[in-house]
Amino acid sequence: MIKDMFRLFFENKKALSGLIILICFIFVAVAAPLVAPYGPKQNEMDGKSFPLMDSPSPRHILGTTHAGYDIFSRLIHGTQLTLGVGLTTGIITTFVSLLVGLFSGYMKGPIDDGISFITNVFLVIPSLPLIIVIASYVPMRGVIPIIFVLSITGWAWGARVVRAQVLSIGEREFIKVSEVLGERPIVIVFREILPNIISLVMATFFTSTIAAIIGEATLEFIGLGNVAAVTWGTMLFWAQNNGALLFGAWWWFLPPGVCIGLLGTSFALMNFAIDEISNPKIRKR
Amino acid sequence: MSILVNRIQGADAESIDAIRAAFGIDTNKSIVTQYFEYLHNFIKGDLGVSLTNFPTKVWDVLAQALPWTIGLMGLATLFSFMLGTMMGIFVAWRRDTKLSHTILGLFLFIRSFPYFWLGLILVYFFAFQNTIFPLGGAYSIRYSKADGWDYILSILYHGLLPGLTITISSMGYWMLMIRNNMINVLAEDYILVAKAKGLPLNRIKTYYAAKNAILPSVSGFAMALGFIIGGSIVTEIVFSYPGIGFMLFQAVQQQDYPLLQAIFLFIAIGVLIANFLSDIMIMILDPRVRDGSK
Repeated sequence: MIKDMFRLFFENKKALSGLIILICFIFVAVAAPLVAPYGPKQNEMDGKSFPLMDSPSPRHILGTTHAGYDIFSRLIHGTQLTLGVGLTTGIITTFVSLLVGLFSGYMKGPIDDGISFITNVFLVIPSLPLIIVIASYVPMRGVIPIIFVLSITGWAWGARVVRAQVLSIGEREFIKVSEVLGERPIVIVFREILPNIISLVMATFFTSTIAAIIGEATLEFIGLGNVAAVTWGTMLFWAQNNGALLFGAWWWFLPPGVCIGLLGTSFALMNFAIDEISNPKIRKR
Repeated sequence: MSILVNRIQGADAESIDAIRAAFGIDTNKSIVTQYFEYLHNFIKGDLGVSLTNFPTKVWDVLAQALPWTIGLMGLATLFSFMLGTMMGIFVAWRRDTKLSHTILGLFLFIRSFPYFWLGLILVYFFAFQNTIFPLGGAYSIRYSKADGWDYILSILYHGLLPGLTITISSMGYWMLMIRNNMINVLAEDYILVAKAKGLPLNRIKTYYAAKNAILPSVSGFAMALGFIIGGSIVTEIVFSYPGIGFMLFQAVQQQDYPLLQAIFLFIAIGVLIANFLSDIMIMILDPRVRDGSK
């Protein structure tokens, strides 16, 4: 069943193009020091300093910042943290939603009521104000608080969707059979129910990763991240705060946004493909 | 407390005591009593005094910002819902045409960008490169309320770019939502029957398919209205729009607790009202819910 799922996934054109984009970004992130022409915080070479706020030229294909950093190199090095934070947050969020959803969906009764209540509370809390408040009171600045904050505010939606699906699958015959046969609940949940919601899990992962990448960029853009770290979000922060718009330095704020958008699109494509695969009605008439 | 004292350097002990009294932190009442006093004062329309805008009342500070946010975000959300839903219906109805594939792809792409970045791009091209639109703010300082029409036009003119940013970036959400529902509805048997009866296709599209597919979008729309107050932060920062989101951001940075508390209170009220609205709208639109109690 899972094998079929993956086969359909790789045969889908949208999924494949999404996956290729993602793999390209992962490659760039891993091989950043080899691919990038300069270091992320390098502003001179052989004693000659780089021009400041320079438009794209053969030596700096995406120009330089106000401090003379090469933007193309920063973009490449920024891929590491941006992708790392996005994927880590996506994995944590998915894991929490899955655990909560499976548990509350299968348990039913008062435990389910309690968990659902908490989930609903997290759902109606507008996440951005909460993120901003938490992020400004967390004493340390950097990647870990961002992952923490985004995970805390991001799990509820997935948990609710997973719970609903588990509730409906829990009523099917094959689950009843396992129950009558005396299987332990933990075995039923992981061996019988989990494989049936694998597409949902993947969809949750893709959606929450997109949300995490955009959320990360947003937080860093308003200066709540570690502004010394090199990510696409902090690049936008520096561009905004050093008047990149004012000086018409489009080469500074355009590329990071385009990269975020491309990365988001790759996940959106895969998500869309999963939707098509798991819902035959959408696939064809 | 120390935040404010630091701000007013050189205040003597007596005035510090007076300030303590003004903020209601001179008491040794329990936290529960204080909480009920806050609620009691809230009913009387008193939310305390803002720390950063001392000695302005929180209520007055909020009253300045709230209309801007509700006006801008409310209209933008409404437009994006209407446009997005109409496009979603079209895309689902003509799902195998090139045009609908293009529209779908385009909005899938736009939705992947952070919306503040779209805002930056719009500002760059339409305010810096070509000075068609203003850089930010809610209205031109040349006008005031006394100018009547000019003032209103100036507000619209300043609101267009931020409004456009929000509309464009959230339209895809509404489009996808109704598209997926619509495709499910179109696969139902009663649509087939309607077609077999030879009903006009437009009638099937609007009254048979869209009317049933729109229900989740409508409750989603009502919920989105509730998030207006909290959802405008970054747009307002980019466009330096004097709304509640911008104020929340400043309040967080300057640790203005009374103001923060009040803003969150309003966010909560917004969500509650939206939930209520959503239930009512669904009741009006969906006969199954309406007649369920009989």
